Amino acid sequence: MENKNIISKGKVTAIVGNLVEVETKGALIQNGICFFQHDGKEIMGEVIKTSGQTAYVQVFETTRGFKVGLDVHFIDSMLEVTMGPGMLTRNYDGLQNDLDKIDGIFLEAGSRSYPLENDSVWHFKPLAKVGDLVTAADWLGQVPEYHIQHKIMVPFKLEGEYEISWLADEGEYQLSDTIARLKDNNGREHEVSMSFTWPVKKAFRGYREKLRPGKLFETGVRVIDTLNPIMEGGTGFIPGPFGSGKTVLQHALAKQAAADVVIVAACGERANEVVEIFSEFPHLDDPHTGGKLAERTIIIANTSNMPVAAREASVYTAMTLAEYFRSQGLRTLLLADSTSRWAQALREMSNRMEELPGPDAFPMDLSAIIANYYSRAGYTLLPNGRSGSITFIGTVSPAGGNLLEPVTEATKKVARCFFALSQNRADSKRYPAIDPNDSYSKYVEYDEFIAFAKREISADWIENIEFVKYFLIQGNEIREQINILGDDGVPVNYHETFWKSELIDFAILQQDAFDAVDCNSPLKRQKYMLEKVIGLVRKEFSFSDFDEVRDFFKRIINLFKQMNYAEFKSQQFKDYEAQLEEYINQNVTVS
Amino acid sequence: MRAKAFQKIYCRLNNITKATCTLDATGVGYEEMAYVQGRTAQVVKIAGKSVTLQVFEGTEGLQNDAEVIFTGRAPWLPLSAHMAGRFFDAFGAPIDGLPAVEGREYPIGGPSVNPVRRKQPSEFIATGIAGIDLNNSLVSGQKIPFFADPDQPYNQVLALIALRAKVDKIILGGMGLTRDDYLFFKNTFEKGYGQSKIIGFINTTDKSPIEMLLIPDMALAAAEYYAVEKNEKVLVLLTDMTQYANALSIVSNRMDQIPSKDSMPGSLYSDLAKIYEKAVQFPDGGNITILAVTTLSGGDITHAIPDNTGYITEGQLFLRRSSDVNKVIVDPFRSLSRLKQLVIGKVTRKDHPQVMNSAIRLYADAANSKTKMENGFELSDYDRRVLQFAEEYSRNILAIDVNLEVEEMLEETWRIMSKYLSRDEVGIKQEFVDKYWVES
Ligand SMILES: Nc1ncnc2c1ncn2[C@@H]1O[C@H](COP(=O)(O)OP(=O)(O)OP(=O)(O)O)[C@@H](O)[C@H]1O
Ligand SMILES: [Mg+2]
Repeated sequence: MENKNIISKGKVTAIVGNLVEVETKGALIQNGICFFQHDGKEIMGEVIKTSGQTAYVQVFETTRGFKVGLDVHFIDSMLEVTMGPGMLTRNYDGLQNDLDKIDGIFLEAGSRSYPLENDSVWHFKPLAKVGDLVTAADWLGQVPEYHIQHKIMVPFKLEGEYEISWLADEGEYQLSDTIARLKDNNGREHEVSMSFTWPVKKAFRGYREKLRPGKLFETGVRVIDTLNPIMEGGTGFIPGPFGSGKTVLQHALAKQAAADVVIVAACGERANEVVEIFSEFPHLDDPHTGGKLAERTIIIANTSNMPVAAREASVYTAMTLAEYFRSQGLRTLLLADSTSRWAQALREMSNRMEELPGPDAFPMDLSAIIANYYSRAGYTLLPNGRSGSITFIGTVSPAGGNLLEPVTEATKKVARCFFALSQNRADSKRYPAIDPNDSYSKYVEYDEFIAFAKREISADWIENIEFVKYFLIQGNEIREQINILGDDGVPVNYHETFWKSELIDFAILQQDAFDAVDCNSPLKRQKYMLEKVIGLVRKEFSFSDFDEVRDFFKRIINLFKQMNYAEFKSQQFKDYEAQLEEYINQNVTVS
Repeated sequence: MRAKAFQKIYCRLNNITKATCTLDATGVGYEEMAYVQGRTAQVVKIAGKSVTLQVFEGTEGLQNDAEVIFTGRAPWLPLSAHMAGRFFDAFGAPIDGLPAVEGREYPIGGPSVNPVRRKQPSEFIATGIAGIDLNNSLVSGQKIPFFADPDQPYNQVLALIALRAKVDKIILGGMGLTRDDYLFFKNTFEKGYGQSKIIGFINTTDKSPIEMLLIPDMALAAAEYYAVEKNEKVLVLLTDMTQYANALSIVSNRMDQIPSKDSMPGSLYSDLAKIYEKAVQFPDGGNITILAVTTLSGGDITHAIPDNTGYITEGQLFLRRSSDVNKVIVDPFRSLSRLKQLVIGKVTRKDHPQVMNSAIRLYADAANSKTKMENGFELSDYDRRVLQFAEEYSRNILAIDVNLEVEEMLEETWRIMSKYLSRDEVGIKQEFVDKYWVES
């Protein structure tokens, strides 16, 4: 925040935790930013409520040592981020400070750093021309940045229509150089550089319209893509008790998903999990571009020991960066782990403000806040007719693993995919522990997706999915019967159905996130394996007793697992496949 | 934390509750330490002239004209290399009869480590206990609690691990310890290695429970001193964090905060995370590993305290008595070390991950067979064999009284598997079976 305009000054009158009351004589902006002049440092805060001349400020850092009478400067903007080329690979905190630029091992109060490099040089190529009429987010030009052509856009804050009166020629420019001049209706000229700012809590609406998502967003995770698919521009969430695999699943998505840019908001979770990303991603290959994973990734880290008040900021910062990349026509994946920690931060603040509490002491408007946030994701048609998307997947950490709690319930109302992680599946190491019966994707009912699947995957894809889902439910029912009646208490063909559902479980649902091959299953491969499994499930066998059923399927399952571990269509893969065919043909009665 | 340079003295309390008092004062800093009639206190709220102090030793017997002295600073601890072998109370004052330690004064509860300065933990910590080393390996820089009912010998296990772990310093943060337990730790460590490694910050049950709120910050400030300034490997033991959380809830209830689940403060997650996240691998080789204890009530891990803990820590070690072998074991189902992937099969032998998984799978099969048996269904040959396997596995591997090198744990597991099962029943990669299977 290098150019801040102070609009008023005030003095601290009360302090409890991170909530500070400030008396001021001048103007106040709701959600405006202010700086506490503490001990030679500037500590940042946000006005979250005003009453008369009193501002209630949530302070983004520790308030240790604050005294009544401390000077406070209010500035004329809300919490903003600065966006432009050079954000990929970076590790920001929740307020978009570049963590790598902050000296020392510890994050001392008041440490701030600029998110971009003003003197970095980029090769600019114009995409518009002098005389063009443009509005916010229109593309003026582009600069190459790793695998993407980073679009230089009309700053989001410019309202109305402008005429390009001057545009830089192709060439090398510094980030802060003027690359265009735009003339407004009054004939006034505005200089535009390659970066600009936007307030994070305001959704950016500079797009033509939002479309219903219907294009599969490939994640490489079988139980998602095949059974509970998410769309480009779709929303989903992953609730689950601790240790059930939320973070491992999100990291898998960050590694494999078919996205151009991935933004990971580590919100109130473990610092070591962030360390994992930035130590591994620079060495891992992006399966879609051949570059390194780090090159398409931005981390927003507000880990659980970092200031609680900045958790909220971190998710909005992440969403705003996602909107910026979507406006460039890119497929953006936004991951937030965990949205419950953000909700808890809201709860802490609301309690300190002595607001009337809602269920479980969360703020009354929690549902509205969550709904509003999810609504910023989506598949958009840009002003220039192209499209861009933000696919958003958040995790939820329900207290006691009980899904009947406010954050899960509020999220369920707005997220279209529900990837419920089950304690039972995690305990029995059936990873990813996405419960096949409880989870769903609303997109499978979308006409847009049905048409897409028929056209792009196969004519019977939707029926196949329904068949498999139905079979899993049947298998589950039989399992319960066997538990009550014993192995001998049900007919042998029940065992056959049960073991066929186990086959679907082991071969399709389960996937080893830590295996170099199995972790990522491209859609082509998923289709191949799904059809193979269904082919087998549709066959009839005649077993004489349940031991025989078990032995047969254990062997089959093992062969399928070996296939999953082998490179697709490799010799090894084909060998296992041949063994499988042979073994099946020996036992089948009706095919 | 003795008073030094102080500011003004006040002597008029407007309000006294069980844990706090309020007075009119000016120029007071938030979180500043003060003394109220000689008792240590901290500023928890300022509203205009009115300042609320949390009195750590409790407010019983405070007079409303008590003398209040503000120290002008946040809580601190003098730290120096001369702390080894010493035991202190929650305020950093010696409780071992020896003189106070002089040293540079460090604030406690200080700032967090910049995440980009952290290194990925990678050093295996051997404890000799197979339920931990084999199935839930510990890594330096990890934070992990024991989940145990109050009747389990968690303090003994903690002391045992501390004695065996190859670390430079052990810092014990005792909260609500009985005097007997405090002396047990003191004697065990003194016998183990004299004065060289151990430092204790102890709140015993004869002191006010509010005092223990300072213990984790004290212990971790000392840990950071040794890990950052001396590049040492520090193991911090925190027992019992359930008591700590209960103390938090007492204070927050007194401050009229709205309680959330199980009458715990809504900030419990953040409060605990601030402590546990001090576990870290520093770039220059020093590290802080936290082993904690969270006592459960009737094994209930959905209670807010273990639940929030589980969401913060990198796994948990679940202690329970196994009725089959009548020994305390590390439960292989409910325990998890999330960092084990970083060392098993890498620092340890290559077959480690597979042997671990396979044995646990067989142990799970045995649990099913046992249910079958209890429900009166007939047992198959396989059922009987896995049951036998499970018994021997519990006795020789899971029980906390074993003391083996990892390699020995692997050999022993291979031996038991080979004894009761066939080669294709263990589902381990062919190359390992060929190499390690024990022919009878
Ligand atoms: N797909 C998987 N394959 C193998 N192991 C897994 C998988 N998913 C999870 N695990 C195991 O479970 C552990 C916990 O997973 P994870 O950290 O993702 O849980 P979580 O749901 O994020 O928990 P928390 O809410 O406490 O953060 C991992 O360390 C790993 O051992
Ligand atoms: Mg997680």
